[in-house]
Amino acid sequence: MADSKEMKKVLFGPILDSNPIALQILGICSALAITTKLETALVMSLALTSVTAFSNLFISIIRNQIPSSVRIIIQMTIIASLVIVVDQILKAYSYEISKQLSVFVGLIITNCIVMGRAEAYAMKSPPLMSFLDGIGNGLGYSMVLIVVGIIKELFGFGTILGFEILPLIQNGGWYQANGLLILPFSSFFLIGGLIWVIRTIRPEQVEPKE
Amino acid sequence: MSANKESFGKTVGVVLAVCLVCSIIVSGAAVGLRDIQQSNAAKDKMSNILHAAGLLEQAKGNIEGTYNEFVEARYVDLNTGEFVEAPSADYDMYKAAKVDDTSVKVENSNVGFQRRAKVASVYLVYESAAKETVSRVILPVHGSGLWDLMYGFLALDADGETVRELIYYQQKETPGLGGEVQNPAWQAKWDGKQLYKNGDVALEVKKAAGEENPYAVDALSGATLTSNGVNNTVQYWVGDNGFGPFLKKQAWRS
Repeated sequence: MADSKEMKKVLFGPILDSNPIALQILGICSALAITTKLETALVMSLALTSVTAFSNLFISIIRNQIPSSVRIIIQMTIIASLVIVVDQILKAYSYEISKQLSVFVGLIITNCIVMGRAEAYAMKSPPLMSFLDGIGNGLGYSMVLIVVGIIKELFGFGTILGFEILPLIQNGGWYQANGLLILPFSSFFLIGGLIWVIRTIRPEQVEPKE
Repeated sequence: MSANKESFGKTVGVVLAVCLVCSIIVSGAAVGLRDIQQSNAAKDKMSNILHAAGLLEQAKGNIEGTYNEFVEARYVDLNTGEFVEAPSADYDMYKAAKVDDTSVKVENSNVGFQRRAKVASVYLVYESAAKETVSRVILPVHGSGLWDLMYGFLALDADGETVRELIYYQQKETPGLGGEVQNPAWQAKWDGKQLYKNGDVALEVKKAAGEENPYAVDALSGATLTSNGVNNTVQYWVGDNGFGPFLKKQAWRS
């Protein structure tokens, strides 16, 4: 049943067709806060993708053993443990970024994408497919974060990953940095614009008029 | 299988098993990565000291090398103001402050902590790698802000009176208000301020302090309690109960 076509759909579907942020509007909170620089957005994407993938995998492995009365608590225990491990690894191998991400790594625990995929997919699907579904949804989240991160860093600071692209007036260039884009709420506009673009490409995502 | 999955015993069993496995993984990660994390924290402290020393740009990423080249960690008996040997190899003045034998009670100050260590760390910054002439003296300072203790480094010129930097590296103040103690624009206001006037501590943090006033630093707007905390911290640590005797004696010159 897990043929390669199905696997492809599970893996790449969430990037455009069922993007967790753009279509399901999950996990907006962290997407707003940590996209000021592309580097933090990349690390956050990586952290969330690995947590989603492995929590899906482990929950799927034990899905037939989980009593339904405590299933949410068990999912939370597994997710929280994975997040703590990721946080510890970040503190050990990329201390500067972990300081910038501060509480947001810990808040992956409450990120709706992780919990949502565990409850909606991993509880009913075999381990390999759940793992791919986790990676796929992580990629969908990453796609939005990276696009927003690139726009915010390029036009807010004139740099990409710290390299100067648009020379700022302060440094003798010509570009006046857009201060609005440095603020967290500007992600609302960008994510809104992104949803518009995706729905223009995929008109079937537009909700019917009431 | 699904028939007895919901039974009481099974539920408890599954919960216990999951918790056990998860706790083993989490504690394994915490213990296994502790060494690397501690060396990161040490490096972070070094880069903050280099920042206070004004050497961070020059270091260009070579934090440890630059630190070892220009900075020397020494220990000061705060009572006498003289240098002393390190009380132990891994001496930490903040840990020593919690032990009665190695600390004294803080009196007549609202700096925000009860005891301070008898022996404090200082960091001497040298002009060249030969370590002959001291160019800056860096004092660790801490005191209560609005929410919690704030830890920082106060960098002085070799005259022991002129402030160069006040770098906070650990604080939990409100971001955007008290958190602005870490704003480079505010940090720059400390450069060139004078600590003492006629031998008494004169430097204060106050509202609408003029740029040209050498004895006052402009308070943070919207963060009165944090500014008061910074004021109390600096006044305590450069006063007679803090590094005052050490700064008067200028022990680093001999």
